[in-house]
Amino acid sequence: MATIELKDVWHSYDLEEGKSKDWQYAVEDINITYENGSAVALLGPSGCGKTTLLKIISGLTKPTKGSVLFDGEDVSELSAKERHIAQVFQFPVVYDSMNVYGNIAFPLANDGVDSDTIRKRVYEVAEILELTDLLKQPAGRLNPAEKQKVSLGRGIVRPNTAAVLLDEPLTVIDPKAQWGLRRKLKQVQKELNFTMIYVTHDQHEALTFAEQVTVMQVGKIDQTGTPEQLHEDPHSTFVGYFIGSPGMNMLDCTVQVDGTVAYNGTSFKIKKDFAARLLEHGNEFTLGIRPEYVDVSTQKVSGAMTGAVKLVEDTGAYKILTISMDSVDLKGRAPETMKIEEGDTAWLQFPEEGLKFFKDGKKVI
Amino acid sequence: MKYDNKAWLFLIPSLAVMALSAFIPLMTVVNYSLHYIFSGAIPEFVGFANFIEVLRDPKFQGALGRQLLFTIAILAVQMPLGIAIALSMPKKGVGVAISLVLLGIPLLIPYNVVGIVWRLFSQSDIGLIPEVLSWIGYSYNVSLDPVDAPVTIFLLDVWHWTPLVALLAYAGYLAIPDAFYRAAEIDGASRWKTFRYVTLPKLRPVLVLGFLLRFMDSFKIYAEPLLLTGGGPGDTTTFMSLFVARKAQSYELGYAGAASLIYLFIVMVMSYLFFQLLTKLGQGEGQKA
Repeated sequence: MATIELKDVWHSYDLEEGKSKDWQYAVEDINITYENGSAVALLGPSGCGKTTLLKIISGLTKPTKGSVLFDGEDVSELSAKERHIAQVFQFPVVYDSMNVYGNIAFPLANDGVDSDTIRKRVYEVAEILELTDLLKQPAGRLNPAEKQKVSLGRGIVRPNTAAVLLDEPLTVIDPKAQWGLRRKLKQVQKELNFTMIYVTHDQHEALTFAEQVTVMQVGKIDQTGTPEQLHEDPHSTFVGYFIGSPGMNMLDCTVQVDGTVAYNGTSFKIKKDFAARLLEHGNEFTLGIRPEYVDVSTQKVSGAMTGAVKLVEDTGAYKILTISMDSVDLKGRAPETMKIEEGDTAWLQFPEEGLKFFKDGKKVI
Repeated sequence: MKYDNKAWLFLIPSLAVMALSAFIPLMTVVNYSLHYIFSGAIPEFVGFANFIEVLRDPKFQGALGRQLLFTIAILAVQMPLGIAIALSMPKKGVGVAISLVLLGIPLLIPYNVVGIVWRLFSQSDIGLIPEVLSWIGYSYNVSLDPVDAPVTIFLLDVWHWTPLVALLAYAGYLAIPDAFYRAAEIDGASRWKTFRYVTLPKLRPVLVLGFLLRFMDSFKIYAEPLLLTGGGPGDTTTFMSLFVARKAQSYELGYAGAASLIYLFIVMVMSYLFFQLLTKLGQGEGQKA
């Protein structure tokens, strides 16, 4: 188990392949520290560079610039095996010609550990992962979720594993089994106190698994924080929009001295001192407000903005409303019990605590 | 479920062709095998007498024995060699196209041309092989020496068909996702262990195919020995197909018919056995849990 640090890491595949012009960086200016024993997630859309970072951490790729440190020691020159990194891949990787016991024992057998110790250790791991009944089965016959557990087993069986890297491990698992596997991953991480780095494009997986989530976009880190921080205090419009289902509403607006915030035909008022702080940065902003904070009412409220309900999506637990105000569509939430239908008029208010202002994609206040 | 019976009419042309080219000749052979046929006279039904005569004939046994030896040697050499070639071929870049073309050339040349080319190579007065071998003091004569002839046919076949195994193995190898090799590296597997536990198991379906194809084809080898040595010297390169064909050509149709059916039976049984064996082999091995 180790503390993992990425310092000033930049990587370009183009340069790696020897292109001398028109090259681009896959990841830029990466600086992160993952404390020993933490559950961490790298979250971002496809192509944002998270798999590249994973390969750099595991040692499969050497970064064009920058260094990788494990417990303060530079490991940039070491191979994946030498760094004691374990990896679980997107689709289950098991050795088909061996049974489950053989699979989990494989890393130890290659290390030259004696068979009694191997036996003990494999049984320990099998018990944690609830695989004891399957030990004699040929690994090729297991279902995908069981195979991923075997993969994880191979990852944690060695005593000196520095970290376990998981590259979208739930991709081929069907939704029902996903829940159980996710729970097992979290349980293993907590009990054995492994540093686990979980790469995914699914915010739900990331936010439920990790204590620390790094959100990435186009090769750069947008924000690192706890799930709460990312939800309540996004540093960029990307984070605001990406986190949350549905994500934050984004509206281009102008702020005036008297506290009027005007966007697309409507306006509402905020406190004058709030407006004053904003105006220090200019007067054009992007306003963000999460659907769950938009106050929706089917009864007329004086001073509130109005809109027409365009779409009601009932999730069973709550309703997601799409409300159109002129040319802008807003998403809001309503409790399951609210009687509201498409075509109804809705009165909206934006509580000030839920408002976030961004300029050029970055947080202002 | 509603059946459209008109669909069967569309099959008539194909069925007619198959009947003509396969089924009817097969039935003819079965017919011959059960009769004693003497030119001019009316064929006489003799039941299984031909079959017994064939099985007891030392010449038949000799041809079968030579064939088995040949096929075993072919499989023992071409399979590992093909795999080795596939693993050492480049996976990316210009080299890929070049390797594929070089491997493809022997496969694309018609069998009789292969036979003739190798005959020219091996001929006593003008051939490259006897010339080169004479530099190391070996006097090579493909038409007189009972060892030189079969060995030459063997080498011809290796040259001709190993590329098939190599190409099959290459395609299978490329299909193995990289993640397996990364996992093996992380697990600290040596090169041999990686080959044994990742590459070989994943190549299994392709290798079974290659094995069965090479088995069946080598068991039928015909044109190349015919053109190179005519089956000689003596009968050292007379393998099964040539043996049976010669019997038919000398109008011993009853014998040839029975021999053909025995031949067919042997190929079918051996193919089935190999298939069962190869697909069941090595499933779920591992340390005792």
